[in-house]
Amino acid sequence: MIPDDRLYTEQHEWLKVEDGEAVLGITDFAQQELGDVVFVELPAPGQEFAAGSEIGAIESVKAVAEIYTPVAGSIEAVNDGLEDAPEVVNEDPYGEGWLVRLRLREEGPPNDLMTAAAYEAQLAG
Amino acid sequence: MRAAPARTASRARSLRVESVDGELPRGDLRGRDRRALAEVQRTVLYRRHVESGARFGPFAGYEMPIQYEGVLAEHRAVRERAGMFDVSHMGEIRVRGPRALPLLQRLTPNDVGALHPLRAQYSALLTERGTFIDDLLVYCLDPEDYLLVVNAASRARDLELLETAAAAEGHGVQVDDQSDETALIAVQGPRAAEIVADVVGGEAAELRYYSFLHQDGANRMTSRTGYTGEDGFEIYLPSERAEDLWAEFLERGRDVGLAPAGLGARDTLRLEAGMMLCGQDIGEETTPLEAGLSWIVKWKKGDFTGRDALARQREKGCRHRLVGFEVEGRGIARHGHRLTVRDAPGAAGPVTSGAFAPTLGRAIGIARLDCSSGGPPAPDSAASVTVRGREIDCRIVKLPFYRRPKAGA
Repeated sequence: MIPDDRLYTEQHEWLKVEDGEAVLGITDFAQQELGDVVFVELPAPGQEFAAGSEIGAIESVKAVAEIYTPVAGSIEAVNDGLEDAPEVVNEDPYGEGWLVRLRLREEGPPNDLMTAAAYEAQLAG
Repeated sequence: MRAAPARTASRARSLRVESVDGELPRGDLRGRDRRALAEVQRTVLYRRHVESGARFGPFAGYEMPIQYEGVLAEHRAVRERAGMFDVSHMGEIRVRGPRALPLLQRLTPNDVGALHPLRAQYSALLTERGTFIDDLLVYCLDPEDYLLVVNAASRARDLELLETAAAAEGHGVQVDDQSDETALIAVQGPRAAEIVADVVGGEAAELRYYSFLHQDGANRMTSRTGYTGEDGFEIYLPSERAEDLWAEFLERGRDVGLAPAGLGARDTLRLEAGMMLCGQDIGEETTPLEAGLSWIVKWKKGDFTGRDALARQREKGCRHRLVGFEVEGRGIARHGHRLTVRDAPGAAGPVTSGAFAPTLGRAIGIARLDCSSGGPPAPDSAASVTVRGREIDCRIVKLPFYRRPKAGA
């Protein structure tokens, strides 16, 4: 259920690291808790962020969720398709519903993130 | 990701329950921290909601279904077909006796004397300052027997006010809180009439807006009223029969696509219809004149609580106004954000309700503007709201945002 090809944060985000880049999205649990997503606000490509900073927001009909990046880096690309079809975050959170792609500032995988198994345990716990 | 209920700007440390509105306690989204719900009540339909896969949230002291399939789908069901809401948390207060009419005339601004039996009326309980304690429906069963339907959050205060007034009347009027033994199911939408008529009786389809059937034998009232902007009905009945009626409606409504709908959709539906939510858009800082509800104030009927203050306000003009606005830029204005009218920078104030409007496909809201520097802004005035540090274009619009197509059109 929870893809094991990526890492997870306590705030229900996933990060898929490859060749010095990372794709960021929210988990299936997160999209379910938010409900119908109606608006996604993403940063401009090129913007630089420190680890832990707020980079945008996802709004459902009744809730607002801020998006944080768990890693430092610059925005390489954002998922433009979400502007007209924010519901894709609900429909395919681990795939087409990705949010941003970052160029990592530091080499190597980030330390303090969870594996799929650990994240699953957090959800169960 | 950290999520907060849209109503509050606070940053929750973890995901939190989507709150609909009102003065809500909030629980942890993970659903295990039930402390906030310790004192919370459930309606008699709770088990039915669980069976239908509802997600619950606290509302006015009750654990209420917020959504089943999803807010957008439920909203669409009500606009296009039919939706069914459990609103049993609402309070029902019976006021009976030869002095019931004069008492209600004195306590509410609308003219209860003009209310015929089997008709209902939108009205309010006001402070001496003319501001809202609560908004309510008054049902006239006969000229000495009325049912007041009040908001759950203000039920205790309403009851105290009515009981105090009744005590002053002596034996001429009796006030009974029937909320706990009364369930309330709302069936709303263009297909509601056929479903309701089939289940409660064909006469229901003949009801005029704000009329009701009183089926004495079943101790049941069916009124053509609602809080969605669609045609629809509200059915009051003894709590012990609510589960059966809920199941009957679901069964009968299956082939027309009746969907159970939660408080999430109820809120987006009422906002599109330009209906105020007491405790959020209107309350003790707002008068009916400021809220565009001057039609519930009947000056010729005699004295009532708040009348003097309202008369002064009518003469001097309203400093504050509730106005509707649409968001034209990208973003959603939420409760607590600040709306500013561009050509009249003095005209500004907090958004009281703001949401994405599913039927309109854009964000809308109601704001409470300070208009002391001039009159209320004209429809179409350019305005802006600041969301996460970004200024977003808005436009003042007349309420309601949505009007249902005329039958047969």
